[in-house]
Amino acid sequence: MSTDTTRPSIDDLQAKAKVIRQHIVRMTTEAGSGHPSSSLSATEVVTALYFGGYMQYDANRPDWNARDRFIMSKGHACPVLYAAMAEAGYFPTEDLMTLRKLGSPLEGHPNLRRLDGIEASTGSLGQGLSIGIGQALACRIDRLESKVFVMIGDGEMGEGQVWEAIATAAKYQLGSLTAIIDQNGFQQTGATGDVLDLTPFQPKIESFGWHVQTINGNDMGEVVAALDAAAAVTDRPTAIVSKTQKGFGILPVLEEAGDLNFHGKPLPADMCEKALELLS
Amino acid sequence: MYFGEASGLKLGKATRDAFGEALKSLGDKFPNVVTVDGDVGNSTRTEPFAKVFPERAFNVGIAESNMVSVAGGLASAGKTPVVASFAAFLLCNAYDQIRMSVAFPNLNVKLVGSHAGISIGEDGPSQMGIEDVALASSFPGMVVMVPSDEITTVKATEAMLEHVGPTYLRLGRPAVPVIYEDGCDFEIGKAIQVRDGDDVTVIANGIMVATALDAAKQLEAEGVSVRVLDMHTVKPIDDAAIAKAARETQALVVAEEHGPAGGLGAAVAISASKSAPVPIAYVNSGDCYAESGDPQGLLEKYGLTPSAIVDAARSVTQR
Ligand SMILES: Cc1ncc(C[n+]2csc(CCOP(=O)(O)OP(=O)(O)O)c2C)c(N)n1
Ligand SMILES: [Mg+2]
Repeated sequence: MSTDTTRPSIDDLQAKAKVIRQHIVRMTTEAGSGHPSSSLSATEVVTALYFGGYMQYDANRPDWNARDRFIMSKGHACPVLYAAMAEAGYFPTEDLMTLRKLGSPLEGHPNLRRLDGIEASTGSLGQGLSIGIGQALACRIDRLESKVFVMIGDGEMGEGQVWEAIATAAKYQLGSLTAIIDQNGFQQTGATGDVLDLTPFQPKIESFGWHVQTINGNDMGEVVAALDAAAAVTDRPTAIVSKTQKGFGILPVLEEAGDLNFHGKPLPADMCEKALELLS
Repeated sequence: MYFGEASGLKLGKATRDAFGEALKSLGDKFPNVVTVDGDVGNSTRTEPFAKVFPERAFNVGIAESNMVSVAGGLASAGKTPVVASFAAFLLCNAYDQIRMSVAFPNLNVKLVGSHAGISIGEDGPSQMGIEDVALASSFPGMVVMVPSDEITTVKATEAMLEHVGPTYLRLGRPAVPVIYEDGCDFEIGKAIQVRDGDDVTVIANGIMVATALDAAKQLEAEGVSVRVLDMHTVKPIDDAAIAKAARETQALVVAEEHGPAGGLGAAVAISASKSAPVPIAYVNSGDCYAESGDPQGLLEKYGLTPSAIVDAARSVTQR
């Protein structure tokens, strides 16, 4: 249960992030497929949300109606979400090793019909922010204080629907909604700067009427400060442009492999071992 | 183990790989061909073409609806755009753009959807195209092709570029057995008879052709003689081959790696009901979204097996 508002220290959160990174690397290597690098860039933010006191939830009561919600719109990065959920008590950490196996609720992309605690079925990029708006509007009707956090990839920002959603959230002044853009600089076929450069995000999103901050999203101190600042904004939606590195935490291993995107593939056994050494 | 092995078929290339190589090698013959991608060219295999013809390749990023309308514009200005993404994202995300920018104006756009069906495996149901054939078939004038192996995929790729008008080509992710090692005739809208028989006809496409051959072998051992038709073109469907099979074998089984609505099963049922109504049984992935898992395990769990076809054949021959 995480319904109290006492804040753990930055050191505690960093230690938790390290454990989550170990899970990400292990579970994707065991699965033989998946997106570890996309998960690793987002680890500080997801860790802070689940363990920093920024979200109220009850792992034993995932359908508690007053809970805060997290949507992983870039659904392929679900290993970081599953690892955080396991650490938060939604299911045993051993289950992480069933990732992507037949019969496991830990599917290759989040599926709310299979796993309690998943707030949106994602995997087709571009839809999470709109779903988050719907949930925030429903909570407003029901006079619930629930907050909604949505994590979006920087490549995913190419979907027009995301920009439709940005306009809609501003129209309804959704102060309960926070979008986090995981700006790791890569998408599937290369650097976002080469495929479709949508930077700078901050002035673009600000121009719609949002509150926007840009941070180093792999710096736990900056993440925590940004989530504090976002919580203080209640009259309009907030976005955190989280500048990160894809594969953060195991970068030397990816450098050695000569692929800093390392999109959509697990670490082979030898790289996995080296990565776990780095994370120990 | 893979389906088709029991029939002596050797494992070949994935249809997406065969498409990618064919597209690249046809680039000089079809100078108007351009590709439009949505950040997945390394998955759909348009990448080899893009490397050889960089000035004719466009990657619009993760923006499928934009991608399809851009292709419509290219086609209306004389180009032959090949637009490729995962089948699920291409058909489902950009359905209205296909309707208004491609099908309604009847433009020469070549839609290519990879990662069809449940055999993509571990990535799970959000990435599986199980509605794409139905959606593509719903557009007036659209040609819909589902090749079964590397040989027919190469031929389908060329036929698609030669055809003037909107087409949809469905491709799979995993390696599949080679059905036509000795070559075959390929014509849009004309089924290939892979095997003759007179008790029942299995009409299949995609990966289910190899599966049907395994089933036919099993049934033969029981004294049931099975015809197998590779219905690589779902639209326009080969009415003549269906009527002939229905009359001569008096029972049909339709096998496809797709949901039960609006795909090959529906096309065959409509066709047979007009010419020679006979009992028909349907083998498909069911009215459900599947799950993550290994491809072979999924095919077994969701009933896309030789034994499912055998059971279906027994049910129609005993009616
Ligand atoms: C609608 C849609 N189109 C394409 C894909 C295939 N795809 C999966 S991940 C990915 C790249 C995502 O890049 P980004 O959003 O930057 O996330 P990152 O992996 O860098 O964290 C693509 C194109 C998809 N899942 N959904
Ligand atoms: Mg990215």
